[in-house]
Amino acid sequence: MAAAAAVAAPQPGTPTRRTTELLLVVLAVLIAAFGYADVGWAIDGRVPADTAQYGAGLGGLALLAHLAVRLRARYADPLLLPLAVLLNGLGLVVIYRLDRATGTSSAPSQLLWSALGVLLFIVVVLLLRDYRVLQRYAYVFAFCAILLMIVPVFLPAVYGAKIWIKVGPLSFQPGEVAKIALAVFFAAYLASNRDALALTGRRIWLIELPRGRDLGPILVIWLISSGVLFLEQDLGTCLIFFGMFVMMLYVATGRTGWIAVGLLLVGAAIVPVALFEPHVHSRFTDWLDPTRTIAAGQGAGQLAQSLFAFAAGGLLGTGLGQGHSSLIGFAVKSDWILATFGEELGLVGLAALLLVYAVLVVRGYRAGIMLRDPFGRLLSIGLASLLALQVFVVAAGVTDLIPLTGMTMPFLAQGGSSLVTNWMLVALLIRTSDAARRPEPPLSPPPEQPPLDTEGQTQGVPKV
Amino acid sequence: MFSLLLVPVLLVNLTRVQVVQAGRYNGNPANQRAVLARYSQPRGDIVVGGSPVTGSRATGGVFDYLRTYTDGPLYAPVTGFSSQTYGNTLLEGVEDGVLSGTDSGLAVHPLLNAITREQVPGGKVLTTINAKAQRAAFAGLGGKRGAVAAIEPATGRILALASTPSYDPGGLAGTGPAVTADWAALTGSATQPMLNRALRQTYPPGSTFKLVTASAGLMNNVYGGIDVPTHSPDPYTPADTTVPITNENAADPCQDATLLVALEVSCNTVYGKLGDDVGEAGMVRMAQAYGFNQTGQTIPVGVSQSVFPTGLTGQAYLALSSIGQYDTAATPLQMAEVGAAIANDGTLMQPQLVSSLTRADGTPVRTFKPRVFGRPVSAPVAAELQQMMVGVVSSPLGTGGNAAIPGVTVGGKTGTAQNGVGNSGTPYAWFVCWAKPSGAAVAPVAVAVVIEDSNADRADVSGGGLAAPVARAVMQAVLNG
Repeated sequence: MAAAAAVAAPQPGTPTRRTTELLLVVLAVLIAAFGYADVGWAIDGRVPADTAQYGAGLGGLALLAHLAVRLRARYADPLLLPLAVLLNGLGLVVIYRLDRATGTSSAPSQLLWSALGVLLFIVVVLLLRDYRVLQRYAYVFAFCAILLMIVPVFLPAVYGAKIWIKVGPLSFQPGEVAKIALAVFFAAYLASNRDALALTGRRIWLIELPRGRDLGPILVIWLISSGVLFLEQDLGTCLIFFGMFVMMLYVATGRTGWIAVGLLLVGAAIVPVALFEPHVHSRFTDWLDPTRTIAAGQGAGQLAQSLFAFAAGGLLGTGLGQGHSSLIGFAVKSDWILATFGEELGLVGLAALLLVYAVLVVRGYRAGIMLRDPFGRLLSIGLASLLALQVFVVAAGVTDLIPLTGMTMPFLAQGGSSLVTNWMLVALLIRTSDAARRPEPPLSPPPEQPPLDTEGQTQGVPKV
Repeated sequence: MFSLLLVPVLLVNLTRVQVVQAGRYNGNPANQRAVLARYSQPRGDIVVGGSPVTGSRATGGVFDYLRTYTDGPLYAPVTGFSSQTYGNTLLEGVEDGVLSGTDSGLAVHPLLNAITREQVPGGKVLTTINAKAQRAAFAGLGGKRGAVAAIEPATGRILALASTPSYDPGGLAGTGPAVTADWAALTGSATQPMLNRALRQTYPPGSTFKLVTASAGLMNNVYGGIDVPTHSPDPYTPADTTVPITNENAADPCQDATLLVALEVSCNTVYGKLGDDVGEAGMVRMAQAYGFNQTGQTIPVGVSQSVFPTGLTGQAYLALSSIGQYDTAATPLQMAEVGAAIANDGTLMQPQLVSSLTRADGTPVRTFKPRVFGRPVSAPVAAELQQMMVGVVSSPLGTGGNAAIPGVTVGGKTGTAQNGVGNSGTPYAWFVCWAKPSGAAVAPVAVAVVIEDSNADRADVSGGGLAAPVARAVMQAVLNG
């Protein structure tokens, strides 16, 4: 195919930045290995014997991922993979550190999940040659997402929330994967309907409101995410689904009215649940007064313990391995892992961590902005927003800025489904950024563009 | 993009939690970090005469170290206890910052430590206690309920601080059922083994208070000297009552006795009348000059307030208060201070239990110098009082013969304090004294002993009989070095 050949041949002088990526990946692995050694040094006074194996494991995975990118996405953004490796590696360090405090052994299984995540990353990078294929299966993704979210409702609740599928010792959080499926669906739907959503409607006072019939699909999404909230008591997923949707809607239409509508709808969904559903209600009361249980003589609750941990870290932290965040107890490696980070690396470490996430998100946005096809643009921005929202909801939750949602910090927290999902998310961003940075063919655009990126063609194509 | 605003929002909130409100969270009583940090390293030691009387043991539990005590019951009135469950008391409590390493003075490089957060090893508390005197005090008290306080008059250094029955503070270190059971047994015991009777229990001082009354009389020159007949009747009936004050023994030569003789035989009539003659203002002034009615006294451990009543409604009460009855109440330490001031030629030194605080390596960070509390009596009056006290021990009529040490000048004063409603309780036996080897400029030791022995026969309870031998043993321990 002539077009493919033209695309594959780079313009002379257009850098691929693959060597930059390799160097950054090596740096990320070294940082993580150093952290691992530091934990052992702080606790035992010597470097852990398996530091080399651990570094080699993470490094091997990272190199495989890098090779996949070098092979099949040579123009991809060179920051995405190193940042993901760094976050995954830091997560392993902190989980190992908490293993030492709690006498458990979760780091090896987390390393296994990392391997699975990287494997899926490689599969996506290698096999998904053109992300626009996904647009075709938009409704398949929507159907899968809803199915994944609904199944746990019929299963017993785990830890007070019905978001788990438990098979023997393995537990899986289908909502995590559903997020990506929904992002794909939203991107496809909005890419097709953005004009109707953007150009019609009426202006009330300062904000332009959409037409009633354009509101329909949005209300459906709202109902689904609220349903998730009601049935599964999963505040976080509700917030993130809806937040992502509103953000993509805003990007697709450029109308602030959508944000107003979105906020109203979120409020309408959350307020009654917060008032009347006990599991969510207790999170709201904890949020309003984290030291409530102390005053009641019941000792510090998890949120109070988390705040104690952050406060103990202060500006510079106590140093890896030298905090007491294990006092938080249950879920300290997943929901509350940021508290350990905050206690042992301090405000400075957290700021650096948040900036790592921010750069990852910005790079996702950047890929979206550079892309010309609406689906790819919305997909990149949706995925990046997904990451941004989840980081915000978790970080703000454990520091008492917003009510706790029970979600996990992307890449950092213990949990296979989350880790695997986030590796797939990064793989998709690698694909879109590769398309975004791929240089134009040297001459005029190829005569035959694949018809997928033009509007109308994909509109309502339910190829189930 | 909007979502990038989230980063500064998070950072501002993190700054709130980690910097602005960090102190509040760190100080929250439900936050166990301070406790965990405290017990993550061995606690510094409390030292008596160059040897630590405390130790630390690694536990392997949540708290890395717990406190151990060598001779726990012997030094419990000095050290107090350090318990993960019940906190810290006495020196363990007052000097906790030094012992646990959190005192800011301990860090060699405070700024560097603040950054590296390296824990400063716990420092040492060097006490003024004389181990031999302490042992003598405990041995002397034996199974009886009572207390001993001994002071070096010239410096105010506390040489012995005993309280019986005692307890082993080691049983309270740590956590768990054994500790709570021990606590329950100690707090539930009728004999109150954890009560520090030398510092925290006040007793009617009885006749030992006549030292203060004599001081007031001599300083105000009420009768013109210690050898002048006092024109006091036996029995003495204060003007505003019909109830006479009598003496322990009607045969005692108390009528018109001199102050010297009246102290030797301990005449209630003479000293009750003397208090009335001095007047309330003079008595209160003298008692306060010796340290009575002083609030918040610390050595640095807190000491209970000794009381000489003010605002008395009549002469009868003033007379009774002046012989150490009615509302007069004193700690053993307070009475030791009275003895020490007299022995130190009228100058009362501030009592001190700690001589210096050091880093773990022994470098002193604070050293305590002797400080003058006041001069309750002039040197000539102090000399007269010393002469009177020597009479108590050495004169044939004297009540304190049991305290005599061959070849040493010993001055003392007995006391048998009535106790309970209508004197129904067993009296407290008191002895306040000092000892000076011949040729010495100043007495190296002053002692107060109180014994509350409910098992003794009423007739056997007397300061001279029960308390003086204990005091003598303590004085000998100090004198023999």
